[in-house]
Amino acid sequence: MARFVQNLLRRPGPSGSESERAAQDARETTRSHQPWWTRVGLPFWLSLGWLVLIGLSAILADILPIDDPLSTNLDTLFMTPLSEGHLLGTDAVGRDMLSRAIHGARISLQLAFTAPFLSLLVGLVLGLSAGYFRGRVDTAVSIFTDSILAFPNIVGVMVILFFFGASLPVMILALAFFGIPAEVRVARANTILFSGREFVMAARALGASNLRIMVRELLPNVIVPMLSLVLFGMSIVIIIEGSLAFLGVGFPPPTPSWGKMIADGFEDISRAPHVTLVPAAVMFLTILSLNMIGDSLRALTDVKASSL
Amino acid sequence: MADDSILSVKNVSVEYLTESGRFAAIQNMNFDLGEGETLGLVGESGCGKSTTGRAILQLPRPTSGQVVFDSVDLTRIPQRDMRPIRRRLQIIFQDPVSSLNPRRKVKDIVAEPLVIAGVGTRSDRDAKVREVLSAVGVDPDISMDRRPHQFSGGQCQRICIARALILEPTLIVCDEPVSALDVSVQAQILNLLEDMKARYGLTLLFISHDLAVVKNISDRVAVMYLGKLCEIADSGRIYDSPAHPYTAGLIASIPVFDAGSSGRGERAVLAGEIPSPLSPPSGCRFRTRCRFAQQKCREEEPPLRQIDERHHVACHFPLLA
Repeated sequence: MARFVQNLLRRPGPSGSESERAAQDARETTRSHQPWWTRVGLPFWLSLGWLVLIGLSAILADILPIDDPLSTNLDTLFMTPLSEGHLLGTDAVGRDMLSRAIHGARISLQLAFTAPFLSLLVGLVLGLSAGYFRGRVDTAVSIFTDSILAFPNIVGVMVILFFFGASLPVMILALAFFGIPAEVRVARANTILFSGREFVMAARALGASNLRIMVRELLPNVIVPMLSLVLFGMSIVIIIEGSLAFLGVGFPPPTPSWGKMIADGFEDISRAPHVTLVPAAVMFLTILSLNMIGDSLRALTDVKASSL
Repeated sequence: MADDSILSVKNVSVEYLTESGRFAAIQNMNFDLGEGETLGLVGESGCGKSTTGRAILQLPRPTSGQVVFDSVDLTRIPQRDMRPIRRRLQIIFQDPVSSLNPRRKVKDIVAEPLVIAGVGTRSDRDAKVREVLSAVGVDPDISMDRRPHQFSGGQCQRICIARALILEPTLIVCDEPVSALDVSVQAQILNLLEDMKARYGLTLLFISHDLAVVKNISDRVAVMYLGKLCEIADSGRIYDSPAHPYTAGLIASIPVFDAGSSGRGERAVLAGEIPSPLSPPSGCRFRTRCRFAQQKCREEEPPLRQIDERHHVACHFPLLA
């Protein structure tokens, strides 16, 4: 029946005439099989190194040979960095800055590694449902996220902390809550985008349930941009904690947190700038590292995703 | 029509609600598909070819009419009962790359129908995936653990065909399966479809806007215009002596290699634009572009009627051979 077709092309073996293409595939394969760690560059490794250093010292803070972050010493007020026994100097009541920076990291990192992931989880469920089902679900989710967005998040967190007390779990939940809208929007937009693709129609034609389509077909495509938002969320969370402490609504003293340290040092900034600058620098490097890692990961995953 | 038909589409309409009112993508479609037959469905883009194909799979369910597959009316049964039937009804889409989830491995994509149908253990499924992949000419050893972006368009379409075949279906709706491919690759995929049809005893509904492609693969050809069927006849017959002026125009517009020996002295070239499907012309929908249109065509819509044993046409004044 396909004689015309056969004349056009002397019926090639199933994959025979595609040998050229196969060769090209092989080249592409070698390129994409080049290990990813050779393709991310030095900034990525420096950033990761910094985060690992901060993370490990925060975890091991209690067994590291550092001073008690709470013990005051009136003999060693405002010692400059690189002083004997105090690598990063001391603050207004003689507490060791290095020790306080490390213990402060605990608060910031605990927030950074919980709140954005909670936002991701809730955002994923809401955004996927809104983008997949559209209609009323979409309207309800949009109203919910828009009303969160209508509230300035720092003020919102302040109010929640005021009513429920400034404890770590309350802070985590409050920050997670205000991180939901961004994740919902990314999830929803990508769900709508991918729902129109034919592989979703193909799954439906196979009789896949809505849940299966959402989890198996859509979720793997939607989660990638959401994860890069998580890294961004981590830096936001650290900054908000800093801002709150600076405004005096963070954790009660003497618990060390980076924001609180900056706020404390601010009074003496002209006499001893290092008391403010040390925690500020630590915070700056941490956020910079998070952003750098985010950029590298995005560059790594985007090539394939966008070339489709 | 035929008694041994595996699929009957009866008076099927698909309507969508738009801001300017109801819009019928297809209206009163009627045709049968015999077991083991290949029916080509052709027409200009936007005429409702794909909608027809999807309406058969109940994606979405037609607004009215019946789709009788193996003596079950698919438009009446609940979703739950539709699931086992879906195993026997498959679809292949136009864009092979978009039809494959970029984040999943080829072996998972091809095995998905088995997983949804709950067939076999993991190793059974793997063996079956290898079998179909080899059947469609994709080396399983190389391809199983790769993702779709590592394949060419033609290879992706082979993988889509493997996915459609793995449950050994009865009917496959091929929705422009070669339109997105290079001409050389088109030939390979068409040959593959022919081979698979013979090997698995398939019935095909082959949707395309390319009459040259349809001519070589179809037993019968149905021509659509603006959501309606104009003509349906055996493949040889429709190309040799089209009865509907629209079909004649379409066939005359197929490019011919050697114009001198074409033998078609007068070419019935199609003039004008397709009217908006939102407000189709009264009477015969084709009358605005038809050279033979008369007053009757404006007033009365021509029904699909039989003019020969296996030749139906919807025209008041069919062209006679």
